[in-house]
Order: sequence, then C-alpha cells, then structure tokens
Amino acid sequence: MERMNNRKPDELRPVTMKVGILGRADGSAMVRLGNTVAIAAVYGPRELHPKHLQDNTKAILQCNYAMAPFSTIERARPGPSRRSIEISKVTREALEPALFLEEFPRAVIDVYIIVTQANAGTRTAGINAASLALADAGVSMRGLVTAVAAGKIGDEFVLDLEGEEEEQSSCDLPIAYMPNEKKFTLLQMDGDLPKEDVEKVIKLAVKGCEILYEKQRAALREKWIKEEI
Amino acid sequence: MKENKKFVLPGELIVDSIDFLPGKNCYRMGNGIYSKRIGLVYTKGRVVEVVPLSGVYTPEVGDMIIGEVKEVQYSGWVIDINSPYSAFLPLSGIREYIDPAKTDLSRIYSPGDMIYGKVSIVSALKTVQISMQDPRARKLRGGRIVKITSVKVPRLIGKQGSMINLIKEKTGCKIIVGQNGLIWIDGGNIDLAVSAIKEVEEKSHTDGLTNHIERMLGGTNKKIEKAYEQEDLEEDEEDNYIEVGDENGKNEQ
Amino acid sequence: MNIQKQYMFDLIAKNLRIDGRAVDEFRPITIETNVISQAEGSALVTLGGTKVLTGVKMEVGEPFPDKPNEGVLIVNAELSPIAAPTFELGPPDEEAIELARIVDRGIRESKAIDTEKLCIEEGKKVWIIYVDIQPLNHDGNLIDASGISAIAALWTTKMPGYDNEKVIYEQKVGNLPMREKPIPMTFGCLNGKLILDPNIIEENAISSRITVTTKDNGNICALQKGGVGELTMEMIEEAMRISIEKGREIRKLIKTQ
Repeated sequence: MERMNNRKPDELRPVTMKVGILGRADGSAMVRLGNTVAIAAVYGPRELHPKHLQDNTKAILQCNYAMAPFSTIERARPGPSRRSIEISKVTREALEPALFLEEFPRAVIDVYIIVTQANAGTRTAGINAASLALADAGVSMRGLVTAVAAGKIGDEFVLDLEGEEEEQSSCDLPIAYMPNEKKFTLLQMDGDLPKEDVEKVIKLAVKGCEILYEKQRAALREKWIKEEI
Repeated sequence: MKENKKFVLPGELIVDSIDFLPGKNCYRMGNGIYSKRIGLVYTKGRVVEVVPLSGVYTPEVGDMIIGEVKEVQYSGWVIDINSPYSAFLPLSGIREYIDPAKTDLSRIYSPGDMIYGKVSIVSALKTVQISMQDPRARKLRGGRIVKITSVKVPRLIGKQGSMINLIKEKTGCKIIVGQNGLIWIDGGNIDLAVSAIKEVEEKSHTDGLTNHIERMLGGTNKKIEKAYEQEDLEEDEEDNYIEVGDENGKNEQ
Repeated sequence: MNIQKQYMFDLIAKNLRIDGRAVDEFRPITIETNVISQAEGSALVTLGGTKVLTGVKMEVGEPFPDKPNEGVLIVNAELSPIAAPTFELGPPDEEAIELARIVDRGIRESKAIDTEKLCIEEGKKVWIIYVDIQPLNHDGNLIDASGISAIAALWTTKMPGYDNEKVIYEQKVGNLPMREKPIPMTFGCLNGKLILDPNIIEENAISSRITVTTKDNGNICALQKGGVGELTMEMIEEAMRISIEKGREIRKLIKTQ
C-alpha cells in the first residue's frame, strides 16, 4: 500500500514546532503537522472573574479550540460549532491532568487554540501546541502532553493521518499521552475495528507521541537556551 | 544527577534517588525527582530546586513589591501586585493613625497611585496583605514604571546588588526593584536604564552578563572594570545566580 | 478529598462499590419502545435511577453535498433542569454536546442505519433523521442510557409516507432500514480501577471515564475518554474486553419490529 507523499506507515508528517511566538500571551507556541497548523496562547495563572466561579482549592483551566474561517477548503463559519465545543472539552481534559492546579487556588489558566490550516489532526496539533505554551508560560506541570492520531488503511496500521487519508482509514484514533508517565489523557475513536486492531493502532500512536515528545523538548530548548553572549 | 545550573524542562528527571528531597518547583514520582518548570537546577545539600525562567509572581511574606492602587474600600485599599492575586492594604498596615469615619481614604492613596510596600501576610487561599510600615515603604511619585517577569528579578539585582548598582551608577538613575517584577526609575538617563533592564531580562541566564551590560552602558573607568572582571571570574566559579536558601537576592539594593 | 469520595476510594480498593455491585456489573435496565405517539420512533430507558427518553422524528430535506444519495442523521441532547438541579436552561453546553456526539459516533461509525435506502431523489431529497435525547432523571451514566435509548428507538421507528412533496405522518409505510445495534458501555475510573455504569454518587468521585461502543461482531466503533484523569493501556484493554461481553447482554434487549 502506498501512502501519499511516499510516507511509511509509521512515519509522521513533516513537523515544525516553535515556542514563544506571540508577544502578549504569557506563553505561546505554533505546531505544524504536514499541512495542519495550530497556534496556542496561554494566559495565567491570573485572577478569575466572576468570583463565584473561583475554586478555593485550585486554579480552573479554561480551554478554547477554534478554527479560523480560512483554515478549511470550504470556509468554516466563524464561531463555535458543536465539534469545536467538544474538542475544547476533550483538549482541556487532556491538558488538565498534567498541571499542578492546586498551586494557584482561585485563579484561572486560559488556553486558546486557533487552527490556521486544517488538514486532519487539528486537535492533536492543538494539544501539542498548548502543552508547549503552558510550559513556556511557566505553569507548573508534571510533564509535557503530546498528541497524535493513527488509523488503519487496508491492512496497514498508519500513523498521523492526513486529510485525504481520513476517508480511506477504517478508523481515526487520536490520543494525548504523557510519555514520562505512560498515561493517556485523551482517547477517542471513530471507526469499526476488532479490539486487537484497536490496540495496535493505539500502540502505534504511542510511538508517534514518543517522537513528538522529543521534538517538543527540542523546541523548548531552542527558545530558552540562548547562545552565550 | 543533573549538575547545578543545568537547564531542565517540565517532567524532566533530575535525579533518581530517594536520598534527595524535592524543593521548589520539583516533585517526586517513584524514586525520582522531576522538574515542574522550565528552569535551572540548584542543589543545596539534599534539597533539589528548580529556579524557573518564566512564570507569574507568587507573593511571599517579606517581599518588597511595587503595586498599583486599584480600589478604595472602607477599611483599606485593593492593590494590583502583578500577580494572579490582588492584595489588600488594610488601615492597620499604614504608618499614620487614621479614623476611617472621619477621613476620606482616597486622600491617602487613590486609584492609580503606585506604592512600594511589603507583603505582610499570604494565607493558604493566597489572599495577600500589604503593609507600609517598613521604613523603605512609600508612595512613588513621578518617574517611570517598567515591568519584567518576576522570576528574573534576582538576576536584575545581582549578587549583593551588583547588577542593579551597576545600572544605577552608569545611568545616574534612582531605581527601585519590586520582587513582583515592577521597577521604578527616576532621574538620570531613564531610557538607557530601561534598555539595560530589558537586556538583563532577555539574557538573564547567560554567563558573563554583568560584563555585557557594563559594555552596553558604555565606557567605564578602569577601577570599576577591574572590579567587575573579578566578579565575572567569581561568577563562573560559583553559583552566580542564586543559592538555595539565599534570600533570592532580595532586598539587596 | 471529601469523606464520601474517600469512602468510595477505600471500598474500590477491595473491589467493592457503594451500591454493592461488582465492578463490571450494570444496574437493572428496562427498555420501553413506542412510548411517544407523535414520534416516528421512541424509547424510554431506565438504567438504575437514570431515565432517558429519546424520540426519533423524520423530515425530508437536502443531503450533504459529499453524500448526495444518503439520508442524514442528526443527534441532539437536551440536559434540562428536570433531570438534575445542576443542569441549566439554555442551548446545549459542552456536556450535552459531548453526549450527543458520542451517541452519534456509535450509530454513524457502525453504519447502524442503512442511509442509502433513505434517498428519495439523489442530490435533492433524502430523509433526515432527528434523534433527540431527553434525559428525565440523572442518576449517573447518561451516556449509556442515552445511547441505548437512541438505538432502541431507531430499531422501532416507522417511516412516514411521502407523497406530492409532503411527508404524511399519519402513514406508517415500513421500518427504518437498520443494520446494527451499537451499544455504548461507560466505565468510571476510581482509584486506578474501572467501574462499569457509574451511578451519580460514583460519578462525582471518579477522575475520568471511558466509553467503548461495540457492534455485535465484537468490533469497536467508538471510543471516548472523558474527565480530567488519566488512563493506562491496561485500563483501555480491559474496558474494551468487558464492553464486548456486556454489550452483548444489552443488545439482546433491543427489540426489533
């Protein structure tokens, strides 16, 4: 089976990650997976208003995922959609386990993700970027969160589906994973596969995350370790 | 074990041994101690700490801070201290005796005023109280306020005030550095002072910074040059940034 | 941790649950269909104290441009205050949206509805199927109760007539063409262990949940992790294994007409 762009089944698309790209946000990052690009900005911890939303025991994490109208081939109507609301929720739930929210009672940490180019894997690009932005902002974290999707085309298990592959794949399975703890913080699947296949797809996605994790660390180093003057 | 001043990322293993204890910005998982932040590792005895390179200001009792008065209330003032938590300056925290029933509190401090005060209480819920009783505390008038990220303040102050005194001397400015990252500058060559401060913030974790700033501030006399040269040598030999258990370069200006 | 939560934590360490169930046991379930006369299909499911009513309504409309000869499925859930004091009036929030999308995923990915048989005029007119989920009482695990009521309603849905460009609701011209019975099974994660079909008290203590939707042949057609905890690979494998087995038990209760 030949994948597009001569990719091997367990090969990621070309990846670029840049940290600290936005000046006003407390932390920011851009992640590109092939033709999918996501930008994340983090504000906080900061005071949470209105007061009645405050949690006396920990900070609240708020997460908003949105697609720019020009990000898809057919223009996407601006504003939240049911899909973007669900993705905002699962993204928040993917990032929250990695944060030491108890260090900032009554505060809020806001994560904003914008997909500027969409070619599959947008939520995974978003989570990778958000994780970098949180580290960049100096939020206390147990570790970085990494994300990627995998599937199965024909008999082959494939990593990091791109747009045109989504239809051929018998499943679309995105995960968010913390490699230093070996735990999953996001797991979703659309598809139709026997259990043993699902396990193989998940394990392939884990391999992809381990590679992306090193790229995240390199991106953070690139911004934060400066040459000696 | 990562050596001192080693750069670490969140989730990175610093040492895999139960002989050490996790200090600030570190946590234990299994036998290992991991970093919670992007920062530099420091060890003192058995305690491992990470000094972060970014992050918000978390008030600690004893910090001298610069804050902006936001609100006047019946029994005090709400102060913005550039932190996720606003602070309260109660009537009991000022030097003068005031009868609130007879005095308009906004005549003492009104919204917009900048004050230099001390963090007197930080509760478990992170409610913060300020006091103006310290002899150094006062309302700041005139001058200019610059903000840097608070984690860089120790570097800006320098070992026993070396960095900030260098900048003060070279620019002729009065400078007050709040632990919360706000800095007040008055008199002298304010623009030059601001550039130097921003430069320290940007290059805070590189070596030979004092020399670099000194060159940037243009020309020196030989005596001062020699003194800083000696200091740079010492910088390379020891922990020039801060030491665990040190006052983080506090109040040495 | 509060007292209630600590108590459940201690219990589950001994594989015990607060209501005495086994960790892989679901609560007593009843499924009643054809309960709403004006709907083309309907089902009321009770799962322990949780009650969910789902109605299926059909209309004729335009197909999606990329599927010109297929019917359209739209799943919506309304979490109204009648079901729980924590629900608020207003448009669906993220919880309602996630619930609807998980149910939708199971039905859509398993191709439970034979949507090609719902084409009236290719590219112009197809049947639109609205599945509206209305929880009546939230006593835990709305996801499974909703998913089961949705598929039970669909399997007993009767298609209305269509003549002269009008839908004739009084006519019942046949069953909705169905192929599969996808069944969701949701587990709460409590103190590192999985508990099937969490009740409302357990739901307030769990750190996260995983929903596995299975087909009769044992295939997995949807997965969803929810909540802010973490899963291990072992938990995922166990959830899938138990879902296949327990899903079969529930599937037997889905009537066909």
